[in-house]
Amino acid sequence: MPDALTAAYALRLGDDALILSHRLSEWVGHGPELEEDIALANTALDLLGQARLLLACAGAREGRGRDEDALAYGRDVLDFSNLLLVEQPNGDFAQTMVRQFLFDAYAVELWPRLSASRDEVLAGIAGKAAKEAAYHVEQSAAWVVRMGDGTEESHDRAQAGLDLLWPYAGEIFEADGVEAALAEEGIAVAPSGLRGPWRARVEAVLDEAGLAPPEGAGVRTGGRQGRHSEHLGHLLAEFQFMQRAYPGAEW
Amino acid sequence: MYTQGLNQAVEDGGPEDAELLARFQAKIDREEKIEPNDWMPEAYRQTLIRQISQHAHSEIVGMLPEGNWLTRAPNLRRKAILLAKVQDEGGHGLYLYAAAETLGISRAEMVDRLLEGRARYSSIFNYPTITWADIGAVGWLVDGAAIMNQIPLCRCSYGPYARAMIRICKEESFHQRQGYEAISRLAEGTAAQKRMAQDALDRWWWPSLMMFGPSDTDSPHTGRSMRWKIKRFTNDELRQKFVDAAVPQAHLIGLEPPDPELRYDEESGHWRFGEIDWSEFNEVLAGNGPCNRERMAARRKAHAEGAWVREAATAHALRKQARAAAAAE
Amino acid sequence: MRSGSRRGRPRRPNSARRAKRVSDSDRRGENERDWPLFEVFIRARTGLHHRHCGSLHAADPEMALARARDVYTRRGEGTSIWVVASEHIFASDPADKDMLFEPAMSKIYRHPSFYDLPDDVENM
Repeated sequence: MPDALTAAYALRLGDDALILSHRLSEWVGHGPELEEDIALANTALDLLGQARLLLACAGAREGRGRDEDALAYGRDVLDFSNLLLVEQPNGDFAQTMVRQFLFDAYAVELWPRLSASRDEVLAGIAGKAAKEAAYHVEQSAAWVVRMGDGTEESHDRAQAGLDLLWPYAGEIFEADGVEAALAEEGIAVAPSGLRGPWRARVEAVLDEAGLAPPEGAGVRTGGRQGRHSEHLGHLLAEFQFMQRAYPGAEW
Repeated sequence: MYTQGLNQAVEDGGPEDAELLARFQAKIDREEKIEPNDWMPEAYRQTLIRQISQHAHSEIVGMLPEGNWLTRAPNLRRKAILLAKVQDEGGHGLYLYAAAETLGISRAEMVDRLLEGRARYSSIFNYPTITWADIGAVGWLVDGAAIMNQIPLCRCSYGPYARAMIRICKEESFHQRQGYEAISRLAEGTAAQKRMAQDALDRWWWPSLMMFGPSDTDSPHTGRSMRWKIKRFTNDELRQKFVDAAVPQAHLIGLEPPDPELRYDEESGHWRFGEIDWSEFNEVLAGNGPCNRERMAARRKAHAEGAWVREAATAHALRKQARAAAAAE
Repeated sequence: MRSGSRRGRPRRPNSARRAKRVSDSDRRGENERDWPLFEVFIRARTGLHHRHCGSLHAADPEMALARARDVYTRRGEGTSIWVVASEHIFASDPADKDMLFEPAMSKIYRHPSFYDLPDDVENM
């Protein structure tokens, strides 16, 4: 039976994972050291795996016959519902790792809670993702500390990354009708409840790193409703090129 | 990967103890492995450093042509496969650098040699990946040729290299299969996909044959490397083996290698192929291939832009150590 | 397993043979441009020993452990990992092989097959 709300929810989570995975895949072959290159690819693969499961789930709940690829390659900017944070460009390694940490610190709170969802498919995906996120956040937090507590240059770069990306963090905890209704039924996790633990973890890590969130940075939002930054269109132009150029072909 | 290093000479470092040399050779003849701290002739050490580091560089530079399609893979399954594969190449580079390090050279020095143009990597990675079909062709042909080269290296006389190769061969077993699967899908697809597949075969066929290095008659150092069991088969033997495997694979999916002289020789059971254009090979080797400059520029950029990251991690590690020491007092 | 001696830690400073290997310590300066080298040991399944499977570079032990996980267990090869800074491995010298290992070869009475027992003895 079609379930538009659950489909929309799974799609949001799937889009986050898909777009962030894509960004990380841009690093592969260009990392700052061989070991880190391999680690970045692992995270990208974990996120891609999550994205595929979530998009497949969204497609099934939507009931219009769209599979993971139809959803990933067949939608334009207005229909993508990922957070603005994850579509922001890689920048330098500091920017990438700060983005990753701000996201991981949310994911590590989201997935364990969602693994208790009354929706068994979502609960299963969340259970798997929870383990991955636990590792991811340890690694991205370690890099934030290394950079903050490293050299003057690394500290400045990490702080610059934080200044740039902090405004996108607020969006994580916004909820609209989709989350509210589903949380009520025990299917989704209300993002507002994650803000406290997220904030505690982020502050502890930033404190250890000697970094500070920018003052009065404001909040950028709109991704969940398809109001994206300019970056997503370019990302999709590259990501979707083959399916757009050869519609209907099998690969 | 490609072991062009097999075909280059290393000058002997001068007279070495004849008795030690004889004992060394006897050990190799008994198929015993040489391990890092064992005595070895300087030329053996240098040959291995050159060959293993070149092999490692090839894995790392080899991430670039395939990485070129990571952001444009045509579906999510292919994207995951390609990501895993390109990541594997990085892992293989890592294992190989570590094997070379046991011979007394640092990774930093090897990387310098690459970035300063003093070390080579496989010429094959100086060709562009223009269409998605190239990803299929690279997996099928380039990895296929690499496997022919690499399997005998699992029995190489130098222990750390042989062990690295065993791990690499095990991991690479999916690389060729995914490539052949990808190009097969195109060959059975739309007219546009078929065209793409044949075009990729047209462009990658000859460079893949060149991966085995010059003909045996022009490869004067084969003798010593064979004696030292760094090399187990000649270039021409491996090339023939590759052609014999690849031609039927092409035909099976309706593709035709771009060689008018290709014919099956009933008597020997081998596929006979036309003359290889070694002038092209030499041009690419000399730095004039289609992508030599781009590949090196990409590696130099990654290395330069990673410098502050590597320094930051070191600085933090030292500070953490100092804090721990202070706390212990 | 790779010996630690190549990291420029002479094990037997009195040995004349060792003194010839100055090249190891020459290389030490340039080794420091890399993150330190670590050896990686993996337990494939519970009940088995940790086994040396390779090495990698990392800035500190925590990073070494994480990267060992990323590099060496991508195909589910492990259930436990040890990392050891390569410079901490103190290894025997191949040149001492005869002295160290030959004497044990003649003590065949340590092996069960040495003993001559009646064919029909059981539970032994």
